[in-house]
Amino acid sequence: MSNWALILYCGLITYLTRFSMIALIKKEMFNDRIRKILSFVPSAIFPAIIFPAIFINDKGLFQIEDNPKILAAIIAMIIGIFSRSIIATIFSGLASYWFLIFVV
Amino acid sequence: MKSNFKVFLKGIIDVSPLMIPVVPFGLIFGVLAIDIGFTPIETMAMSLIIFGGASQIVLLQLFSGGASSLVIISSVGAVNSRHLLYGAVVSEHLSDLKLIWKIIISYFLIDQAFAISNEYLKKNKDNNRYFHLVGGGATCWVIWQSTTFLGIILGAAIPEKLGLSFAVPLTFLALLVNDFRKFINVIVIIISGLVATLGYNYIPFRAYVIVAALAGLFTAMILTTKNKKV
Repeated sequence: MSNWALILYCGLITYLTRFSMIALIKKEMFNDRIRKILSFVPSAIFPAIIFPAIFINDKGLFQIEDNPKILAAIIAMIIGIFSRSIIATIFSGLASYWFLIFVV
Repeated sequence: MKSNFKVFLKGIIDVSPLMIPVVPFGLIFGVLAIDIGFTPIETMAMSLIIFGGASQIVLLQLFSGGASSLVIISSVGAVNSRHLLYGAVVSEHLSDLKLIWKIIISYFLIDQAFAISNEYLKKNKDNNRYFHLVGGGATCWVIWQSTTFLGIILGAAIPEKLGLSFAVPLTFLALLVNDFRKFINVIVIIISGLVATLGYNYIPFRAYVIVAALAGLFTAMILTTKNKKV
């Protein structure tokens, strides 16, 4: 598939998830149970991006030793839990990472 | 009843604080897309056509990892499944609108606009209250397109040695900061992360994102059922 087709299909599926409920729903189609479970979608899907990006190296191998990303991510997480700030989380993580690879 | 423009303006003002984190997110997206090998026009088209930060970064991540198109598209769909919830929640406020407005508003139904307009729509019963959602969404649109553009320009100037791809897991980590305080969410996060990491090389077609997300949702389903009985 060409890059353009990929972009169009991804755009289409993104749009449809936004449009479908607005266009089709009559009143309350989702009960509380489904709403509750859908509220876990970010917690269920984002770690699937986060963990491999930290623990799997460029060669596709699991790497736990000599991996500055682990400590940097832990620092970012702690800062995030206490500050509740998206920006503080991203920048503390990047700053720790740069400190670990360039200074230490 | 306030004028349409005033409601629109109120949407802009309300959403503004939430725009601060969108700036680095957009820049990172632009820089990474160029780094991975997309052309500037393709990169800009992604932001215009998809207009979803998480979706676009997942696309980049899986594309650079060599995932097939089908897996990329279905993973983007999975990431977007939360929009079904947003749509279902706001639809009751939009049910009287003409189809054309529903088509337009759907494009702007993004995390930040939903977060602020959901509150507004609940409190206001004016017929033009949906302009609030359009105001919030349009603001985010302007920020997202301009930071993508800036990222594309900066992309060529940023050395690879900086390891900016690490900003991807950090960005997603940042989106979960509130969930780290909730017990069930933490369990779901750990299960999904473990399945994705352990399955990275074993789950075919790089479908690890979908498999891990389903494992996480399944965990949430079990844990919330148990909670109800107790």
